Amino acid sequence: MRDELLEEHQKLAELARREEIRPPQSSKAVLPWMKANLFSTWYNSLLTLVALGFLLLVFKGFLTWAFTGAKWSVIPANLQLFAVGSYPREQIWRVWGVVYILSVLLGLSAGMWGGLVLRFALVLGGVWFIGVLLPFEFSTRGGFLGAVVAIAAALFLGRGRTSFRPWILGGWLLSFPLIIVVLRGFGENGVLTSNWGGLLLTLILAIVGIVASFPLGVFLALCRQSSLPAIRWVSTAYIETVRGVPLITILFMGNVLIPIFMPDVDINQVLRMMLGITLFSAAYMAENVRGGLQGILRGQQEAAQAVGLNYVQTMLFIVLPQALRAVIPAIVGQFIALFKDTSLVSIIGLIDLLGVAKSVIANPDWLGLQAEVYLFAAVIYFIFSYSMSYVSQKIETALGVGNT
Amino acid sequence: MAEHENAPNAPIIMCEDVHKWFDDFHVLKGVTTSFQKGEKAVICGPSGSGKSTFIRTLNRLEAHQRGKIIVDGIELSDDLRNIDLIRREVGMVFQQFNLFPHLTNLQNITLGPIRVRKLAKSEAEAVALALLERVNIADQAHKFPAEISGGQQQRVAIARALAMEPKIMLFDEPTSALDPEMITEVLDVMRELARSGMTMLVVTHEMGFAREVADRILFFDEGAIVEDAAPADFFDNPQHERTKLFISQTLQH
Repeated sequence: MRDELLEEHQKLAELARREEIRPPQSSKAVLPWMKANLFSTWYNSLLTLVALGFLLLVFKGFLTWAFTGAKWSVIPANLQLFAVGSYPREQIWRVWGVVYILSVLLGLSAGMWGGLVLRFALVLGGVWFIGVLLPFEFSTRGGFLGAVVAIAAALFLGRGRTSFRPWILGGWLLSFPLIIVVLRGFGENGVLTSNWGGLLLTLILAIVGIVASFPLGVFLALCRQSSLPAIRWVSTAYIETVRGVPLITILFMGNVLIPIFMPDVDINQVLRMMLGITLFSAAYMAENVRGGLQGILRGQQEAAQAVGLNYVQTMLFIVLPQALRAVIPAIVGQFIALFKDTSLVSIIGLIDLLGVAKSVIANPDWLGLQAEVYLFAAVIYFIFSYSMSYVSQKIETALGVGNT
Repeated sequence: MAEHENAPNAPIIMCEDVHKWFDDFHVLKGVTTSFQKGEKAVICGPSGSGKSTFIRTLNRLEAHQRGKIIVDGIELSDDLRNIDLIRREVGMVFQQFNLFPHLTNLQNITLGPIRVRKLAKSEAEAVALALLERVNIADQAHKFPAEISGGQQQRVAIARALAMEPKIMLFDEPTSALDPEMITEVLDVMRELARSGMTMLVVTHEMGFAREVADRILFFDEGAIVEDAAPADFFDNPQHERTKLFISQTLQH
């Protein structure tokens, strides 16, 4: 009886001890937090005030300009130029076609996958909806309204139909050539690629560059690890050569040399730039992927071989999934760099988003508005770059399961 | 000779004067031995004696450079088709488990059957679940390797090898990387496997397991077999000085 009481007592004491030792709580309230972090000592308070004053000085100038001095009318007046450059007005339905293809595909995907894709579809739908509200021409607003409806309808149609996922993936693959054909049309009745411009051109160059340079980069990385010396040397030589030359040089050379070497083949300027960007980016991609490959322990390959997988299966199912996951940040960094590097095509006369910005500034109607126009272009670049970064963070978290 | 090889009681593994070098370092110096179907052999020896390298040549994770290895009637060579055939018949368990960390335990096991043996996914999963049951961890099927203990991981690794329905199982120090309290659970699974009649070659320092399960113990030193005897003879009546020293050292603790 006594023993039992004693035991009970010890248990309670143990509980109490556990109760007492808790991690120190950090306060989340604003005022205590400020006191602890910004005004803890007299010199900390002084630094806080000085920093605050500096920020005010900088932002006051900017905000005054942005709200009173700046002539933002230059942006809506040239919105179509920013969007598609000198794409002919009577053929603009082709661009709408692309908008609808993408909206339907994204809507269907969002319905089937949900999660991040769904969030993306909602954001895009939101953007189209803003287009409906803005004071565009009636037909333009109608187009945007149609796109909103297309996304919503596709989303509803795709809801929960997970068995159709392979079809949609095939649809995405097929959409690349389809989009190019829709934008280009055929022969004289179509739209020459030299008329493609603005954000449209920037996005096409970036997407083609990303989609093509990724598999090429993985392939080069695997070749560089090959046990066959010839393959290894060719791949290494390619990677090192390309990495040793600035992109601008490659684009210039592509523009000048491709017609000299292949005079009979008609490769237009946009295609030349796509080739240049892809070949350039693939070399960097290869090095990123190689970094991931080197982090995979030898035992993984041995285990894969021991259960009978051949080389291709071992790479596809065991090595690459682990290697690529480890280097997602570097790969996405490369994608973002590629996206911004597309602005270099303006040096051979293509009018991408930055090219449009330059030409708007050169227009006598809008003289002296560099700040407004460049700021607008910068915001557009930022939105797309940050979206890529955001998606990569989400993918990293999603793939974090089962990490060692 | 050929007739003898095709006879029903022909050895399932035959090694003749097997040599292997790592650069200039002579790891295997003429290993000649054979193993019968259903035989359980324990291979031991000091580290660096070539015992791991030896069993790794048997499914050609290491290529031998001289001599001849015949596994189940197929001679190991650079011919890729032969290597594929051998690897389907020989399962292997590694010291560091080498599970695939990005796949669940179940997927670790079904990968080979689906991709190599071309089983349907549902069929492969049924096989995998039965095997997980056999190694006593059916409840861990949908976890990832990093979420289970070392002993459990090694049992998943054994199940992964068994899923290919191998005729021979190679164990490369299967308990050396485990905490002491987990060694038993892995050895229990291996005992059960031995009772089922599997041909097993086990590199291990677990002398208790060797004495209990092995039909034969091979002692490697400096790239060659110096002692090859039944457990009773091996422990009580070793022939070579090197073996005597090894036994006295391992049995001290």
